[in-house]
Amino acid sequence: MNIMKQSLSDRLALLSDAAKYDASCSSSGAGKRDSAATKGLGSVSNGICHAFTPDGRCISLLKILLTNFCIYDCAYCINRSSSNVPRARFTADEVIWLTLEFYRRNYIEGLFLSSGIIRSSDDTMSQMVRVARELRQTHKFRGYIHLKTIPNASPALLAEAGLYADRLSINVEMPTERGLADYAPQKHASEIRQSMGKMRTHIEAAKDRTLTGRKAPRFAPGGQSTQMIVGADQATDQDILSSSSSLYTGYRLRRVYYSAFSPIPDASAILPIKAPPLLREHRLYQADWLFRFYGFQFSEITAARPDGMLDLELDPKLAWALANRAMFPIDLNRAPKEMLLRVPGLGVRSVQAILAARRHRQLRLEDLALLKISLRKVKPFLYATGWSPGRLAERQNLRQLFVPQPQQLALF
Amino acid sequence: MAYGFILDDHTSFSAWRPLARQCFMAGCAPEDIEWRCASAETTLFDTPLIAPTEKPDAPSPVLRSKCLALLRSILRHADQTRFALAYRILWRAQMEPALASIATDPDIARAIHMHRQVREDTHKMTAYVRFREHGSPQAGRRSFYAWFEPDHYILPGVAPFFSKRFVDMDWVILTPKGSLAWNGDTCAFSPTPCAKPKLSDDVDQLWQTYYVSTFNPARIKTKAMLSEMPRKYWKNLPETQLIPQMLANASARVAAMAAQQPRPAPAFHHKLQQRRASAATATASQTPEAPEQDTSCTPQKPF
Repeated sequence: MNIMKQSLSDRLALLSDAAKYDASCSSSGAGKRDSAATKGLGSVSNGICHAFTPDGRCISLLKILLTNFCIYDCAYCINRSSSNVPRARFTADEVIWLTLEFYRRNYIEGLFLSSGIIRSSDDTMSQMVRVARELRQTHKFRGYIHLKTIPNASPALLAEAGLYADRLSINVEMPTERGLADYAPQKHASEIRQSMGKMRTHIEAAKDRTLTGRKAPRFAPGGQSTQMIVGADQATDQDILSSSSSLYTGYRLRRVYYSAFSPIPDASAILPIKAPPLLREHRLYQADWLFRFYGFQFSEITAARPDGMLDLELDPKLAWALANRAMFPIDLNRAPKEMLLRVPGLGVRSVQAILAARRHRQLRLEDLALLKISLRKVKPFLYATGWSPGRLAERQNLRQLFVPQPQQLALF
Repeated sequence: MAYGFILDDHTSFSAWRPLARQCFMAGCAPEDIEWRCASAETTLFDTPLIAPTEKPDAPSPVLRSKCLALLRSILRHADQTRFALAYRILWRAQMEPALASIATDPDIARAIHMHRQVREDTHKMTAYVRFREHGSPQAGRRSFYAWFEPDHYILPGVAPFFSKRFVDMDWVILTPKGSLAWNGDTCAFSPTPCAKPKLSDDVDQLWQTYYVSTFNPARIKTKAMLSEMPRKYWKNLPETQLIPQMLANASARVAAMAAQQPRPAPAFHHKLQQRRASAATATASQTPEAPEQDTSCTPQKPF
């Protein structure tokens, strides 16, 4: 253990490195506000990504840990107590200073604060709440604050956290209860679920008004989110998505993040050596989008897959359409919105444009090119004025048209 | 002689609107009007332009709000044909009131494309402006400067974002297409082009530290990065100069992680396990607490 005094820069390096495995980055969903009236600093609107790192992830919030000391020993975590990573901690004032100075230079949208668990859950949580409180009250900061909540923290602390934070989150970490028991012996799925349930009640109660129209105290208007680690245990995509399904419907989460398990320094021996393909994570996000914006049920998406894994070659919507060819082709000029959303190659925005345009004009297939839609992809699934897919829709090997062409490996 | 106007590049919708009204009420079809940008190169075929005169009893043009918003947006675009396109849409929309909803119409498709580019440019400006502190605080207010190179004439449109966000500090944003300055009360826009100033700020180094540390070398997705942060923005960002080095080191860092043998856990882990075992025998359900620790100190004595 290093005993040397570390500079602020050293600790920033350690504590942001330790926080980066949390994929959550969004800074939206909290409504709109600004500092025009309060004469302070900060505003919140749609969420802005201020930079991108070469790992393809955005930097929207200053994502750091208050400390990476932790009394828990979760196998997948870089900060588990049995890991030999150097340890450090910020004081609340340092986190506040960093947040404000970074914000002033327009590097970030706000703060994402998490922490290893030191002493006790309440102790850790109260430190985090202090940062949020001082940012809001002392410094009139109106930017975004996302706090990671500690599962067993007291209800009073949770209520105070909700007062200052825009979003709260607890990570379920593993898609299955067994996975959690194997990898995070000190965490309990039931406790995590209980906390999320309590948070849901809190968030919904804050949206109610009394009979006289008085508003309830603010509580995390951006809702709650969570993260699942993909590929560390044996859970299939079907397990993961059914877990998401219960999280979205049962706990009204705003977002579920999927984080492909990634090798960490000083990894635990029980972790797999090889990381899962990043494409798997991408396909899970696509499936998640289909559920949130396209009216799909998670069970439909994985129904046609015997092994419960999403198709890596084709995106889940295309794979679904190929498995349900009896429903296609549909008429571009007459089909209901729900069916148009299920056509591979049509996004939510394109569907809106089609619906608005077809009230005034008969649409031809070529018109879709003006909406920047790939004709190759939609052709077999649509009728339009002057277009019928004919034999294309009946082809036995339709899948062959879409799978990426095999490539010869380079010789050198 | 032809009908038309010579327009400054900064001509906004509200400046263009009376001219377009005038043309419309003079009964000029889109092909009879030339909208020339003052910055456009002069050609041999340029003829002097005169303004058309309105007919006294002509009806005034009517637009739906959706169409109005589209025209407002495309007039911030730098494309020199924007005025002609806007007038053509104005002209056609009198006969086809729902024109702006028909995204498959070639004029509207083009306008929507321009609108998206303007919106993108505005969004990128809110993301990639970097303020650098300048001098010491005057009367309790700190002052900051930034340099940005927008593609379109978006400064007046983006000003409210900055003046409602960075309220308690003075700032100036300089660009080749003019500047914005905020003093706590008003946000002043000037169309005079600015030169790139020399700016530096010590906090940039902490930001670079953060940028490097938050990068995960085990997942390289440069295509995703470039689609969101194209290279044209790189030269004005303090962090992007580190990217080549980060990418060069990534594979070695991943190999080192893979090659590392599991090491024995640190001493405090064993202490924790002992305490947890003894706590488990004492009380069955409580969360175990870590050993006593002085909260006021820096991490000199972790556990």
